[in-house]
Amino acid sequence: MLVFKLSLKNMKKSLKDYAIYFLTLVLGVAIFYMFNSIDSQQAMLKVSAAQTEMIKLMISMLSFVSVFVSVILGLLIVYANNFLINRRKKEFGIYMTLGMGKRQISKIILIETLFVGVISLVVGLFLGIFASQFMSILVAKLFEADMSEFTFVFSKSACIKTCFYFAVMYLAVMIFNTLAVSRYKLINLINANRQNEKVKIRNPILAVLIFVIGTLLLSYAYYIVAVKTNTLREEKDLIKPILLGLTGTVAIFWSLSGFILTTIKKVKSIYLKNTNMFVLRQINNKINTTVISMSIICIMLFMTITILSSSLSLRNSMQGDLIEMTPVDINLEKIANLPEVYKNQYGKEKHTTLAQREDSKIPISETLKNNGLDMSVLKDIVEIPIYTQEDLTVEKFLGNKFNEIKEEFPFLMYETAETIIKVSDYNKIAELYGIEKYSLNEDEYIMLCDFDSQVQIRNKALASKTNDLEIAGKIYKSKYNECKKGFINMSTSHTNTGILLVPDSCNLTDKNKEKHFFVANYNATTDEGKKEIEKIFTDLNSNLIQNLDKNGIEIDGVSKITLIQSSLGLTTIIIFIAIYLGLIFLIASSVILALKQLTESSDNKERYAILRKIGCDEKMINKSLFSQIAIFFGMPLILAIIHSIFGIKFALNLLSGLTKTSELIPSIVITTIIIGGIYGAYFFATYFESKNIIKEEV
Amino acid sequence: MEKLLKVQNVEKYYGNKSNITKAIDNISFDVEKGEFIGIMGASGSGKTTLLNCISTIDKVTTGHIFIDGDDITKLRGNNLNKFRREELGFIFQDFNLLDTLTCYENIALALTIKKEKTKEIERKVLEIAKKLDILDILNKYPYEVSGGQKQRVASARAIITSPKLVLADEPTGALDSKSARGLLENFKYLNQSLNATILMVTHDAFTASYASRILFIKDGKLFNELIKANDTRKEFFEKIIEVQTLLGGDLNACF
Repeated sequence: MLVFKLSLKNMKKSLKDYAIYFLTLVLGVAIFYMFNSIDSQQAMLKVSAAQTEMIKLMISMLSFVSVFVSVILGLLIVYANNFLINRRKKEFGIYMTLGMGKRQISKIILIETLFVGVISLVVGLFLGIFASQFMSILVAKLFEADMSEFTFVFSKSACIKTCFYFAVMYLAVMIFNTLAVSRYKLINLINANRQNEKVKIRNPILAVLIFVIGTLLLSYAYYIVAVKTNTLREEKDLIKPILLGLTGTVAIFWSLSGFILTTIKKVKSIYLKNTNMFVLRQINNKINTTVISMSIICIMLFMTITILSSSLSLRNSMQGDLIEMTPVDINLEKIANLPEVYKNQYGKEKHTTLAQREDSKIPISETLKNNGLDMSVLKDIVEIPIYTQEDLTVEKFLGNKFNEIKEEFPFLMYETAETIIKVSDYNKIAELYGIEKYSLNEDEYIMLCDFDSQVQIRNKALASKTNDLEIAGKIYKSKYNECKKGFINMSTSHTNTGILLVPDSCNLTDKNKEKHFFVANYNATTDEGKKEIEKIFTDLNSNLIQNLDKNGIEIDGVSKITLIQSSLGLTTIIIFIAIYLGLIFLIASSVILALKQLTESSDNKERYAILRKIGCDEKMINKSLFSQIAIFFGMPLILAIIHSIFGIKFALNLLSGLTKTSELIPSIVITTIIIGGIYGAYFFATYFESKNIIKEEV
Repeated sequence: MEKLLKVQNVEKYYGNKSNITKAIDNISFDVEKGEFIGIMGASGSGKTTLLNCISTIDKVTTGHIFIDGDDITKLRGNNLNKFRREELGFIFQDFNLLDTLTCYENIALALTIKKEKTKEIERKVLEIAKKLDILDILNKYPYEVSGGQKQRVASARAIITSPKLVLADEPTGALDSKSARGLLENFKYLNQSLNATILMVTHDAFTASYASRILFIKDGKLFNELIKANDTRKEFFEKIIEVQTLLGGDLNACF
């Protein structure tokens, strides 16, 4: 019973020491629960079948990520616990001189760990359950699902999972503690507080030199990712800027304090003011010994900032694309001129029936009518033929640039026949889509393309002005020396790899017809009405689909609703995983920083005692402590923010290239709030705990 | 001569109602400006408590302490810190130098926390360093210099603010005899040439023999007083030993 009492008393006494440890545990538990409880949150959402699938995928990915997260959290908890144990070495030494055995000491620590564990688990779960209510709203918003009604959700499975994972982590901590205690030697415990450190001083000239080199390395890395973005095509191209960035970061932290010290020392009016001298020396002394951890923290913060803000704006930009790329409710297409035997997309030979061949000659609207569709459900119908000419391939289009381009991009499909559309047909669709219409002279063609890498390739050929094309026995030349924007197939992003617009007079025959292409809107004014019509085309049990199936007629198509849902689902999954990992990285770096600083503070108690003795008042001491911790926390954050400015720019370039800076603002605000909240909490917890530590008797 | 320090019926109790320890039991004495006064006593006699009360690190239970006419037992909070910063200089047994700062910076720190002007700081540090012969170690770190040099840096820090009173707590305690002698010669110089008033607590007779007057404390009470007057240091030293024998030896009078 004595052991139990002792543990309780100890905890009460060292409650403030436990603040960081406790904060980490509670945040860890809460976040873990939140992200694992998403399955039960669908309960309050009205979601479609496709969305349910997406949410399922998301849950399985999140639980996969959770394993990784639990490893990080486990390591952090052991690290934080290690700090606590080290701080109490002297206390354990006293127990041992009083004749307490190592086993009993282990028992004390065990009970304490258990106590803190259980309390933090309960508090963390409470916080998690509370916060997950907000998560539901976020899930609903991101999936654009309706909240049927607000119900208080509690996920039993997530709760059990959280308890299990953290129980395992606590077990690891207990084993670690017992091991640590068993290795203690009494003499070391008693003398644990004595520490004599030699001051390591960097050569100031070297520090300035390394600092300049570090800055140059970073600037070069920034230059590569931000300005010469298009040189980074493959993964291996990224190695260079990453290595430059890493080396630069380490170099900066290696030299920063020495650089600042050397510089500020020159400005006597700052250096010889209040306790500035002391603060600078303290930081110089500290950072010299923590170059690697500072660099790691900086990189982790950088990842957090970049992941959070670019993933949040990824959604915005994808949505922007989506609205632009889905101007009508439905696209349908059907192969024209089916031969008796053809190879399907898997390379399998297929024989066709006469009925199928006959049907492939009539337009899609006819087919739909024949298979029992009431055409009044559709409006704004436009149907056009799409032509090809067997010998007019991509290779032919590229002309004398072909060899050069093939060398650079060996894996493109150069033997594919180019898609040809008559300009008035295209203009009909463009009219409906609300995009630019084109006009042509008798001997001209236009290449429409909006898929970035294809545009680059085709522009190379068009710029050389050597690619006159023979179409249906007549030579045509390009009206422009570059690709124009335009598309006919709806998609989640710009994916038109090339459409040739030719004059209506072009002598293309029915034999050149490759596909029938059909565009329409649903004849309904409300979302509900549109969803009903959508079912005719997507529900496997609908009359139309049953009939088509029976007659062996294949019609491909995409609808606005399915496109939006699948796109939203995908970005939402990315966002959730990004937020999850971002939060964990953020906590990890905050904890490491906080504990480093606290260790520092307890090692430096004596120095503060001296300051007090020579007449510094508490205000001055607290101020110097505050500025030290602020600089310590601020330096990696500031460098990380600079990194992120370029990182985000690069990420957005990579993902869409379309996002405007103004679209970034909301996600940057959210990121700032998250980082400010968590990092700030650790900062203040560290400051107040440090204040307590330096007040202790030496 | 002007009275700089006036200790008036000071008492200091420790403990609670049922068990009171009188660490200082009704002590009164005066120190004049420019005096070098030693306080001697065995360990546990209350000499450090007395020093702590004078230096405002500790508070008296009853009685008054006046420095230059101001009652420092009435000071509170920031005034107390200000008083300590501006009127007192400290020299400790274990030097209490900051190991992250160079000797120069350690000395300068005493001035920077007083918000002294930058130019003044430079001038004053160099001036005092020259006087204490530590010019050539100014850019070294405390761990790079000897104990005696460290204590001289500490002394420089204590008197650079031109305090009214320099308090030294066992300043030779951590020094070998040669360094101790060097330091005490410095004290003499501070006292005689720079006119610093020094109050030094020690239990070492040789160290005490550098003072001009010695107060002996036993069990919290003033036991005896020795004035050097025109004695040589050797004669004074012998007198101190005599009193110490009377006090019960260098250690405790336990028999």
